[in-house]
Amino acid sequence: MHNKTISELAQGLRAGDFSSVELTQTYLDRVARFNPQLNSYITICEATALQAAALADQQISDGDAPLLTGIPIAHKDIFCTDGVKTSCGSKMLDNFIAPYDAHVVSLFKQAGAVMLGKTNMDEFAMGSSNENSFYGPVHNPWKSGAVPGGSSGGSAAAVAAGLCVAATGTDTGGSIRQPAAFCGITGLKPTYGRVSRYGMIAFASSLDQGGPMARTAEDAAAMLQVMAGFDTRDSTSAEQPVPDYTAGLNDDIAGLRIGVPREYLGGGLDPAIEASIQLALAEYKRLGAELVEISLPNTELGVPTYYVVAPAECSSNLSRFDGVRFGHRCSEPKDLEDLYKRSRGEGFGAEVKRRIMVGTYALSAGYYDAYYLKAQKIRHLISDDFRDAFKQVDVIMGPTAPSTAFGIGEKADDPVTMYLSDIYTIAVNLAGLPGMSIPVQPVDGMPVGLQLIGNYFEEAKLLNVAHRLQQVTDWHSATPAGFE
Amino acid sequence: MQWETVIGLEIHAQLATKSKIFSGAATAFGSEPNTQACNVDLGMPGVLPVLNKAAVRMAVTFGVAIDAEIGQRSVFARKNYFYPDLPKGYQISQFELPIVGKGEVEIELDRGVHKPVGVTRAHLEEDAGKSLHEDFHGMTGVDLNRAGTPLLEIVSEPDMRSAKEAVAYAKKIHQIVQYLGICDGNMQEGSFRCDANVSVRPVGGPLGTRAELKNLNSFRFLERAINIEVERQIDLLEAGGKVVQETRLYDADNDETRSMRSKEEANDYRYFPDPDLLPVELDEGLIESIRTSMPELPDAKRARFSADYGLSEYDAEVLTSSKSLADYYEQAAKVAGDAKMAANWVMGEFSGALNKAGLTLEQSPVDADALGGMLLRIVDKTISGKIAKQVFESMWAGEGGADQIIEAKGLKQITDVGAIEAVVDGVLQANPGQVENYRNADEKKRPKMLGFFVGQVMKQSKGKANPQQVNELLLKKLD
Repeated sequence: MHNKTISELAQGLRAGDFSSVELTQTYLDRVARFNPQLNSYITICEATALQAAALADQQISDGDAPLLTGIPIAHKDIFCTDGVKTSCGSKMLDNFIAPYDAHVVSLFKQAGAVMLGKTNMDEFAMGSSNENSFYGPVHNPWKSGAVPGGSSGGSAAAVAAGLCVAATGTDTGGSIRQPAAFCGITGLKPTYGRVSRYGMIAFASSLDQGGPMARTAEDAAAMLQVMAGFDTRDSTSAEQPVPDYTAGLNDDIAGLRIGVPREYLGGGLDPAIEASIQLALAEYKRLGAELVEISLPNTELGVPTYYVVAPAECSSNLSRFDGVRFGHRCSEPKDLEDLYKRSRGEGFGAEVKRRIMVGTYALSAGYYDAYYLKAQKIRHLISDDFRDAFKQVDVIMGPTAPSTAFGIGEKADDPVTMYLSDIYTIAVNLAGLPGMSIPVQPVDGMPVGLQLIGNYFEEAKLLNVAHRLQQVTDWHSATPAGFE
Repeated sequence: MQWETVIGLEIHAQLATKSKIFSGAATAFGSEPNTQACNVDLGMPGVLPVLNKAAVRMAVTFGVAIDAEIGQRSVFARKNYFYPDLPKGYQISQFELPIVGKGEVEIELDRGVHKPVGVTRAHLEEDAGKSLHEDFHGMTGVDLNRAGTPLLEIVSEPDMRSAKEAVAYAKKIHQIVQYLGICDGNMQEGSFRCDANVSVRPVGGPLGTRAELKNLNSFRFLERAINIEVERQIDLLEAGGKVVQETRLYDADNDETRSMRSKEEANDYRYFPDPDLLPVELDEGLIESIRTSMPELPDAKRARFSADYGLSEYDAEVLTSSKSLADYYEQAAKVAGDAKMAANWVMGEFSGALNKAGLTLEQSPVDADALGGMLLRIVDKTISGKIAKQVFESMWAGEGGADQIIEAKGLKQITDVGAIEAVVDGVLQANPGQVENYRNADEKKRPKMLGFFVGQVMKQSKGKANPQQVNELLLKKLD
């Protein structure tokens, strides 16, 4: 049951082949069996999941239930869930029971989906390996001891190992796409503003975007269909109509112009990964697409720009964690300053502290122009690169990450090397474009992701292009050994 | 040395919106602590601000009223600092691109002496909560009801040269925001707060170092604090000392200003544009619609009162000093049908009664219609002006409307000639000596002597005889 797509499961539920309670129990059993070795969940909601499943069964038998009714999914622990611990991977929020549902969470509730639990993540979504979680690292289902990527590492590992049908993730600099690549699943970061950020604990507000992580492009489309849309509670959410993401999945892609940025190949890219990418591009050629070499000249400025903008915003966003109203409070504070210093000192992990300090510095009087303002200007240049590219091509493709999943601890002491693992994904966030990662030919048994970048609000096209490849290849259907 | 004082004011006017500037929670004053703070106001993880359009409209209204540049594109910025009553660890304010740019107001210093004061800018921001330091046994309580209340911070140019000018400017802004209906102006409740930047310099010299005075929650304190601070700075400089840039708190109990924090201790607020809010783009249509639906402002109202009601400049000024007083007066005048009489009563008996009882206009037991109704009875000669004072006192005491009181107490004026004549004859007969004296007196002394007879007649009629008729009859009979 755990290897079926959402539409197959939906059919099975409606045909009475199995109930949502049975389906949910199957997943809960798998979670109980495999989570101790993967550590992909922070919180497992067994009782409420089964209740929701029973309700879903009722709705299905009443007829007219939405597609996701009774489908067991998981939410990244960055989304607030009413009455359920929402830790954001941090000691700071280890005791935080959210008093409300994030917009995305309430949309999935309305759609009848069953929440199995909350997935592990890098603390406050800061990291590319899931090693920065207060709840310990997540293991890659493809290789124990390897990272699943991050920050949505728990969601990626859970989907890859069949511990949920699909999951939500968030992506600030690659946090959906890079773990999707490392774990061999399909992940989509929508256009900035496509999915409401209300209730999604902010890391870098101008970059954060929630999106689906699933086994296939078709499942990702079904998930995005639920998540996308304008929300009055998020001023930055887009008042754009939401298309039917599944309607055009099978559209012919003959004549599709695929831009391949020369800056994304060679350089620090593992040649074996490049070979996998070329193999996928050759498949696209066979499907009638045309490959166009393009240039994104400011690519190398992406990482430094990101590491000014994102820490600057996070330094301010994380100020609310002060030990006063919620979250971790140090014991016996002497005075106000002691309360702040010890609560924050004890509650935040090293990477979070590093970014708060970098961001505080970048925004300080006398440095603001040189760092923050300059970074914003470069951000415009990066957006312009993409704008120019989309005059020539329909989608852009390249690798999602420069390597396959690395070992736990391998890069933990070298933040800059770690930051560079997001080199291909970061620019997409800076420009606010939609991006996707889909599995292609593995390297040494480890998954490799092909990144697809679309123009603003062209998620449907990305899903179509991804789905077409998944119709003619089976890279996406590989299952890690031991999790069959 | 001859010193010159330089003052600039920062005024925080709480905008009279129903809900907060970035959330749907109510803004009402005086509720139980933390009952008017929603998840957004509490700065819960994941929440986002949504701008209240009514606050934008009010800010633009103020901009139009002072003929300021209106920023067609303004940006909200985060002002970062830690404090327990600041839930997010930053205040959403405006920094580089405020909604209202340069403008000007005119203040009156002495009768007929006017002076323009520049307004540098006015920007929208959210208020913080309140820290409560008492009754928490060594701890501090935090009430976030006020957190997120919309404020318009109005920053002046350093154009004022005395505490008196500063007060005139503050009063002017106070009057404008109340007239516009964008702020209730209640200083006790903190709806209208002033901070003063004060420095002194040798006349004509370069600007001196300033101190910022806080906690000036009345016009009287504003004036007092500035004067004390100016004295302090001059004493310091004349003794060879230096003024340091700092924030000073006015302590009304001890009548002194005290250092709160110096420039070195001041925060680096790390302003940057708030990524959760889009820039505010105002279209010309909105500004134009505000311009055309502008309420009448104090200066225009004063001019109209003089022209339409024939009031003196002084009376017009007093009656337009607040919008509520002007509205009260106009309504009373309309009901009475005698604008001058209404002006005298509103400024005289009515204001006197308010002062004596220590009440605000809004708390008055006699509303404008009731006062106007009573004045109408003077106009139609039902009662005399003198009796009216008695009626007014009864109305003030809550004994009912004018007609009801006149009826119940039998205060209706006697206008029947026969009845008055009977009283007049009685008085003349009872005082033959006085009559004799009167008739022997020369013309110049007679009016004064007539007063005696009028007084007697009024006394005997219990004040109800029409005084004009009494006069006429007495003159006729005595001559």
